[in-house]
Parts: sequence; structure tokens; C-alpha cells
Amino acid sequence: MSSLATTFGAVVRRDLRMVLRQGADGVLVVAFFLLAAAAFPFAIGPEADILSPIAAGVLWVCALFASMLSLERLFHADYEDGNLELLILAPAPLELIVLGKALAHWIASGLPLLVIAPVMGLMLDLPAAARGALVLAMLLGTPTLSLIGAAGAALTLGARRGGVLLVLLVLPLTLPVLIFGAGAVEAAQTGQPWRSELMALGGFLLAAIPLAPWAAAAALRQALD
Amino acid sequence: MGDEPRRAGFGGRFTGTGLACRRGERLVFAGLEFALGPGEALVLRGPNGSGKSSLLRLMAGLGRPASGALAWDGENVARDREAHAARLHFLGHLDAVKGALTAAENLLSWARLRGTHADRAGIAAALDRLGLARLASAPARFLSAGQRRRLALARLLVSPAALWLLDEPSVGLDENSQAALEAMLARHRAEGGMVALAIHGAIALADAREIRLDAFARGPAMDSAA
Repeated sequence: MSSLATTFGAVVRRDLRMVLRQGADGVLVVAFFLLAAAAFPFAIGPEADILSPIAAGVLWVCALFASMLSLERLFHADYEDGNLELLILAPAPLELIVLGKALAHWIASGLPLLVIAPVMGLMLDLPAAARGALVLAMLLGTPTLSLIGAAGAALTLGARRGGVLLVLLVLPLTLPVLIFGAGAVEAAQTGQPWRSELMALGGFLLAAIPLAPWAAAAALRQALD
Repeated sequence: MGDEPRRAGFGGRFTGTGLACRRGERLVFAGLEFALGPGEALVLRGPNGSGKSSLLRLMAGLGRPASGALAWDGENVARDREAHAARLHFLGHLDAVKGALTAAENLLSWARLRGTHADRAGIAAALDRLGLARLASAPARFLSAGQRRRLALARLLVSPAALWLLDEPSVGLDENSQAALEAMLARHRAEGGMVALAIHGAIALADAREIRLDAFARGPAMDSAA
């Protein structure tokens, strides 16, 4: 058992260390999110009564696109340099290794979004009461995005124009997260209870934790056959 | 020379029977048999495209044979992938070196990936045996092609595995490194390990059996080429 933990830790640590060393990926995700969300007040106008109702949707859509940005590299870098073979030949379930890679992706790209989303909410006139709901909904929703994205990244590995294909494949699958994520914030904004939306997001996450790595592992084995 | 911890006496018997490999429409080889016992070595030779790399990948479990079976002590290896993965090291064409990490960090993460608790001394000893001690803390992107290959070879030393599957292990190596590789192989076999390697050039391997893959080639593409 402890050797499985060592393997899992090795995957997460190596990926995070590379993100810290190279820096670009994490910064890119945050910068994209900031700029995309900041474009709305410029395009629509700064009136609070227009921005405030759409703030939740805007923040979720921007977070979704931002997390797509770094997904293509998730397995592709390992595929190109030969590390994917070693990941597949590690004496541990490949599903566990995929889970480690998805966790590292979330820490590098989902967690920073959680921190700056409330700040961007301020800019979009999101009421203070809804900011708590936004952070909690993102805490439950963004790991699901990383997991579904990992399955998509594995499926499009080696395909020409894999990046575009990946977005086309993953976006429809993430719509439930988008619907309930934005729904929770909107409910909080209008003073309604938002517990059920959070529970739905939690349910999606619990379903994605076993299913996404399973699909990704099957796709990775196929890609190297 | 610092010794890294090793499991004494690997044991086991690795066999392939009636192996065939298909790449797209083309049958690369068929009816191939081999057997490897403790301390034995198998050298795969043949022209480009004769299936040396394909056979090594099949042996590693990266893909399944079109027909035939691979067995460890009589049990089909496809039945328990993880158990088979735990007893082998695979060195492919690519060195799998991460340029952003240092040479030592690359080795450490490879060892941990295999569930090995590698210590600093073990890492340092492995780097030293391949003449990379001086470069331990240099980012791997500054290594030359031959140095990267040596770093990839050092991976075999930081976690124990009975079966080494090496695809052109000596590509880009200078004379000293080639000698270090030969010493590594000899020591691994003396400890009861097995080696299967594909190679074009010369390599000093005592009592190695040789398989010429072109002798097992069939199918239309190879016939027209002959």
C-alpha cells in the first residue's frame, strides 16, 4: 500500500515542481481568467444593474475556458518525451496515476482561480453575499473540470489539432458543472437557498473521481499500443 | 563505488511462444519463440523495421501480441499487468528526461514512480556509475544527447527490477559510457537479472543468445522488399 502512495505522490510532486519551475502554465491560466472576465465590463458597460445579474455566469464560463488552456499539455508532454511509457509501466494502477495528474492540474490551475474569482466578482458587482457561494461552488466544481479534462486530454492524445478537438469534446461534458455552479451563485445572489446546487456539484465530483481516470487510463493504453 | 540496495537473487523465467506482431496491415514477425532465465541475455538483431522495438514493447506489456503469449514462470503476463510492470525496466528510444528538473530530481521521481524509497546516497551512486556525478544538480535541459542517455540508463540502477528491456541503449554513448553500460549489464546478470536488448553496433555481452528478427519476417511487405 505504501508503495502506491509513493507512486501517487511522485506523480503529483513532479508535475507541481515542473509547473513551479516553468511557471508559464499557471500564470497563463490566471492571466487568461483575469483578462477574459475583465473584458465584460468594457464590452457591456460598467452599470451594476446589467453586470451584477450576469456576473456568476461570466465568472464560470471564464473559469471553464481558463482551465481548458493547460489541459492539452497534461499528457502530451509526457507522450512526447517518453515519460508516458514509464507512467504506464509503473507498478500501480494507471487510474491512480491519472488521478495524480488531474490533482496536480487542479492545484496548478483550479486553486489559483478560486483565490482570484471573488476579486473578479467585485469587479463585476457580484454582491458580497454571493461571493461565499462562488468560492464554495468553484471548490467543488473546478476539480470536476480537471478530471473530465484529463479524460478528454487522454482521448485526444496524438490526434492532429488535438487542442481544438479536446475543447469540443470536453465542453459539452462540463455543462452540468456550469449550470449548477452558476445556479448556486445566482441563488445566493437572490437570497434563495443554494445548498442543493452545491450538493449536485459534490455529486458530480464524486462521480468523476472514479469514472474520469478509468476512461483516461483506457485511452492512454490505447494511445501507446 | 557506493552500492545501492538490491533484492538478492531475482529468479523467474520469462518465455514467449508463437509470438506475432502486426503493425497496421503488415505482419512484422510471426512464430517467434524465446526463453530467458536468471542471468541470461538476449540480443535482438535485424534491419530497421524488422520489429526489434516492437518485440521489446510487447515484452514490456505496452501492447498485446497479434498471436502467441508471454509468460513469467508459466503464467501469462497479461493477466496481471502491474505485477509484470514491477519486475521490469523499459528503456525506449526516448530518454524520458524532464528538462526542467535536475538530473538528480529526474532520477528521484523515476524511482518514486516505481514505489521505491530512493535515498540521496543511492541516487548519487547511480549518477556516479554513469559519470554524471558532476552534473547532479544541473537542469537536465543543459545535458547533451549522450548525457541524457546516460541519465536514462542511471534509472535502471535506482530501483531494482529483474528484467531489463533496452532499445538501442548505447546510442550516443562515448567509449567510457559504453564500458559503464557493459559493466552494468554484467553486474545485473551476475545478480540473477535478465537482459533483452536491441542493438545495431557491437556490445560486449558474455554468452548472450541472439535472435535475428528478419528470420521471422513474413507477410507481403517483407516479401516484396526481399
